[in-house]
Amino acid sequence: MALKILMAVTGIMLVLFLYLHMIGNLKIFFGETTFDHYAHWLRTIGEPLLPEQWYLWIQRGGLTIAIVGHIWAATVLARRARRARPVKYAHRPKVQGSYAARTMRWGGVIILLFVIYHILDLTTLTLNPNGQQGKVYANVVADFAPARWYVTLFYALAIVAIGFHLRHGLWSAFRTLGQQKPRGERIARATALVLSLILVVGYLSVPFAVLTGLVG
Amino acid sequence: MDIQVRVWRQSSSEDDGRMVTYDVTDISPDASFLEMLDVLNEKLILDGDDPVAFDHDCREGICGMCSMVIDGVAHGPERATTTCQLHMRHFKDGDVIDVEPWRAAAFPVIKDLVVDRSAFDKIIQAGGYITAPTGAAPEAHATPVPKKDADLAFEAATCIGCGACVAACPNGSAMLFTAAKVAHLGLMPQGQPERDSRVIDMLQAQDDAGFGGCTNAGECTTVCPKGIPLTLIGRLNSDYRKALRNR
Repeated sequence: MALKILMAVTGIMLVLFLYLHMIGNLKIFFGETTFDHYAHWLRTIGEPLLPEQWYLWIQRGGLTIAIVGHIWAATVLARRARRARPVKYAHRPKVQGSYAARTMRWGGVIILLFVIYHILDLTTLTLNPNGQQGKVYANVVADFAPARWYVTLFYALAIVAIGFHLRHGLWSAFRTLGQQKPRGERIARATALVLSLILVVGYLSVPFAVLTGLVG
Repeated sequence: MDIQVRVWRQSSSEDDGRMVTYDVTDISPDASFLEMLDVLNEKLILDGDDPVAFDHDCREGICGMCSMVIDGVAHGPERATTTCQLHMRHFKDGDVIDVEPWRAAAFPVIKDLVVDRSAFDKIIQAGGYITAPTGAAPEAHATPVPKKDADLAFEAATCIGCGACVAACPNGSAMLFTAAKVAHLGLMPQGQPERDSRVIDMLQAQDDAGFGGCTNAGECTTVCPKGIPLTLIGRLNSDYRKALRNR
């Protein structure tokens, strides 16, 4: 039970980050200067109380702890679930739960792989075709260039995977944290769906805009 | 009607077990699933074979004994129905029906379709009780219970402890069972003194018995013959957090 509370709390922390990250991403629609300026501002949060980039590293540390906690709890619980049914059913129809519920574990692994790629691509710029520090707008535009359609495709698939993960994950987190009324059930389902949809649309709008030339 | 059943045969807990196919002929569509197995067993006995062992008792849907997974669904294809109340008219002539025991580490197979469900008893022993003086029954109106709470408690109390929730859960979790028991006592005034220790101890007993954790997949409530709602798991989670704080 404590593991599940850990999963719910770390999961909600990560969703909050995803929302902040999405709002930041959408600044790309205000043009190159605004977007690059926003990216620079991220490094100066907390100044002059904190030296440059300190806040960023504190946040990165917090996120890493949340991710490690989330994955660790998920692994322990998944292993426990495997041990709980040593002999499989010979006849097992497709699980009646939603597609999102069935793909939580593998979906989570795919999301992790994407996050690793995403950091190498747009944070360390190792895999970025433009790869100029501080030229965030140009890096993103180069990333989603039509010739690199496979990158965009992978990005889009990962975002959809996150959407599914959150639709079940958020609803499940509300349940873990004690949601228990039939009315609350409907609200929790709707909230999880809407919050996931907003994220998917928000994140997909950027590569879509680059592909269609709206940004570039 | 004539059908084929593929039944799990396992002579003891040490045996590996396997699916064995039998022809069952001339079954009335009005026979219950258990009566169909009775017919099969009579034939097996006459042939000098070992009859299929399965649990059954009341055969009117209230005891929770008839535990079998039929075509991959606990208690078979009909919703809110125990195996004994499932009738052969829901199958077609010539069907091949797979029959397996509950599959869970905490429910080891004793023989064929019979599993040992004493893990549920351990969960109940850990906290599924109230402390009350023995003696004559108290006057019914001595402790008033709000109608809403009484209805909710009764809904939870309809759980017959059959274990279908565990059998259906992709994680082999017993959360719906434990949640029903915790709710049915926790909603009543008589259940308040042990409310906190009950939820902590029963969850501990559940984890100790080797059940998996809940991922809110909702399989349990779909197959539950009594339709215990999934929302009770939220209630259990909420009670658990409050109990941890009060400790």
